[in-house]
Amino acid sequence: MSDGDVRVSTATDTDVAPATVRAIVAGHGSFASGIISAVEQITGRGAVFWAMSNTGLCLDDIQGTLARALDDTGARVIFTDLPAGSCTMAVRRMIRARPGVVLVTGINLSLLLDFAMQESVDPIVAVQTAVERARASMAVHGA
Amino acid sequence: MPIALYRIDDRLIHGQVVVGWGQPLGLRFIMLVDDEVATSDWEQELYRMGVPPEMSVKFYTVEDAAAHLAELQKRPEPGIVLVGDIGTMGRLVSKADGRIRAVNVGGVHHSPGRVQRLRFVFLTPAEEQGLRDIAALGVDVSAQDVPSARPVPLGELLASTTGA
Repeated sequence: MSDGDVRVSTATDTDVAPATVRAIVAGHGSFASGIISAVEQITGRGAVFWAMSNTGLCLDDIQGTLARALDDTGARVIFTDLPAGSCTMAVRRMIRARPGVVLVTGINLSLLLDFAMQESVDPIVAVQTAVERARASMAVHGA
Repeated sequence: MPIALYRIDDRLIHGQVVVGWGQPLGLRFIMLVDDEVATSDWEQELYRMGVPPEMSVKFYTVEDAAAHLAELQKRPEPGIVLVGDIGTMGRLVSKADGRIRAVNVGGVHHSPGRVQRLRFVFLTPAEEQGLRDIAALGVDVSAQDVPSARPVPLGELLASTTGA
């Protein structure tokens, strides 16, 4: 997959998400496709993620699209951009009935890079270390 | 300060509400009016965890909301009334004794039977009539997803066929 060639799922998609996907990234606007393109540019491992935008979708459509993506890929990890965002709310509602699926919200690029590089580690374990490193990656300079 | 916004948004509490409107308006409370959510502890917990610490959220049925509206309008800090559909707002306005002067259509997304009017507004004929009924009660109805966007008056909204 080349830089900028990021799969974005919509409620009308009929494509089956590939089995190489280890996590779903969902968010506002082009957030998911944008951050995955950055992972692809830096590591060449953007195919680890499946992108979804909430643009134009109601909560039911967001939830349905995410559920289908989980079923198609077998992914057990969902990353979202904002704790109060509609994708986050949809995932939190959905995972009540899906034990073993983990939601991580408020993500940044460091987190996805770390997760993408842990290809041989169980994704649930990879999430834990990636979150710790992502938190530590944020810094203020020059204040 | 009176309640700053009476909003119809099928996503209820989400980024546009909490951040997009919440920060510029300095919102300190959300009055979420939904008969189903008001009777579900789990749904309430879901939405409660979606708001930042400086903001509180309380849940009301339409009946309770109408009964408490006057009291909430006297609170010193700004707040928002949030409903998930046009029918709920119509019932609330009709029971509010003229206390609601303006309604914001913030997000009514695609579903079967709805026609796109704006990028973020899709309506069935019954929902269009519902908005007309609200306006007929002397309420200013306009569509606006975020504060920086232009409010689209009801007449223009219902005449729009571009989905722009």
